[in-house]
Amino acid sequence: MEHNIARIALFAAMIAALGLVPQITLGFGVPITAQSLGVMLAGAVLGARRGAAAVGLFILLVALGLPLLAGGRGGLGVFVSPTAGFALGFPVAAFATGLFVERVRLPLAGLRAGLGAVFGGIVVLYLLGAAGLALVTGKSLGEAFALVAVFIPGDLLKAAITGMLVQALSKVRPETLAWHRGVAGAGDRRL
Amino acid sequence: MISLTSPIETRAHRWPAGWKLGALCLASTGLFLTDSLAVHLVALLLALALYAAPGRIFLRAGLRGLRVALPFAAVLIVWHAATGDLRAGVLITLRMVTLIALANLVTMTTGLEDLVELVRRLTAPLRRLGLPTYPLETAIPLVIRFTPVLVAHAETLALAWRARSRHRPGWRLVLPLTLRALDDADRVGEALRARGGPIGISQQE
Repeated sequence: MEHNIARIALFAAMIAALGLVPQITLGFGVPITAQSLGVMLAGAVLGARRGAAAVGLFILLVALGLPLLAGGRGGLGVFVSPTAGFALGFPVAAFATGLFVERVRLPLAGLRAGLGAVFGGIVVLYLLGAAGLALVTGKSLGEAFALVAVFIPGDLLKAAITGMLVQALSKVRPETLAWHRGVAGAGDRRL
Repeated sequence: MISLTSPIETRAHRWPAGWKLGALCLASTGLFLTDSLAVHLVALLLALALYAAPGRIFLRAGLRGLRVALPFAAVLIVWHAATGDLRAGVLITLRMVTLIALANLVTMTTGLEDLVELVRRLTAPLRRLGLPTYPLETAIPLVIRFTPVLVAHAETLALAWRARSRHRPGWRLVLPLTLRALDDADRVGEALRARGGPIGISQQE
């Protein structure tokens, strides 16, 4: 119980840190913030329920007025802005990523996490993000999707990085990945 | 941890958070129920007047919060001008900016403690149903406490990287940062257990 709360809270803090530290940008010409990388990681490392809890906690603190979103944004305005779908979709994205890594059996932990991140952090997140944009701006879903599609290459990169990080994590700390080869699974699912 | 609450004390700082949030919901719903351009214009001007009332510094901070809407407003106006439906574009833009302005206003005039207390009260029905909310009440201060810790750690990692490499630090720092978060979580978990469990567990049982 205590350990689950601590992990969820620390991952929420890490997602915030990833968006706030300018040095950790994924620069390839244009700097891309690492915040959504944190969302993918939360789902891939903590699993569906705890991952969604960590990201949900992070979004709750943003709603309470802490400037934790990339670029120091926060507050209730985030949830009526055109990017509201993405902010509200973050916990769902983490859940979907976690569900993928827990259900889909692939030999390589990194591959599982990377594909999970594509499913949760891109397919699910962009559906919700485009839906939010369509609602706020009164466009059709297709038009909204066309507007956000430019960010997909950057997020594909983040999914690949998620895969690499989880692969490394499965080597140095296999016990942290509850879904990986069934280790550390027992007694770890109370939350 | 700095919050987005304005340091300039306004009268609204003392109003109950629940009322402000309720008013925000009503105003937002109201704007969606009408398609009148005049009503939306008046609403935006009213919101701006509320920003201007506490003084220039408050107004400037408020307008900074609205900057995120600018690119979207530009795209919307151009889009609708191109499709020949400028009125709808102006309406949607006005509504969007007003909604963000009002929501930010609540954030700027409500302290973090008030909002955390509001969350506690809003989750009261869950407690009555027997669903414990103390994990949430324990986790919120933990995140607030550990975000600066992890930010500082990430900056230390970036410095260490720069001392050894001519290349920019980048995503490679995320792995040591994740390990640090996991290790800290283990220690915090043990510390919580050693102190008798999460906050409130004694009152709950």
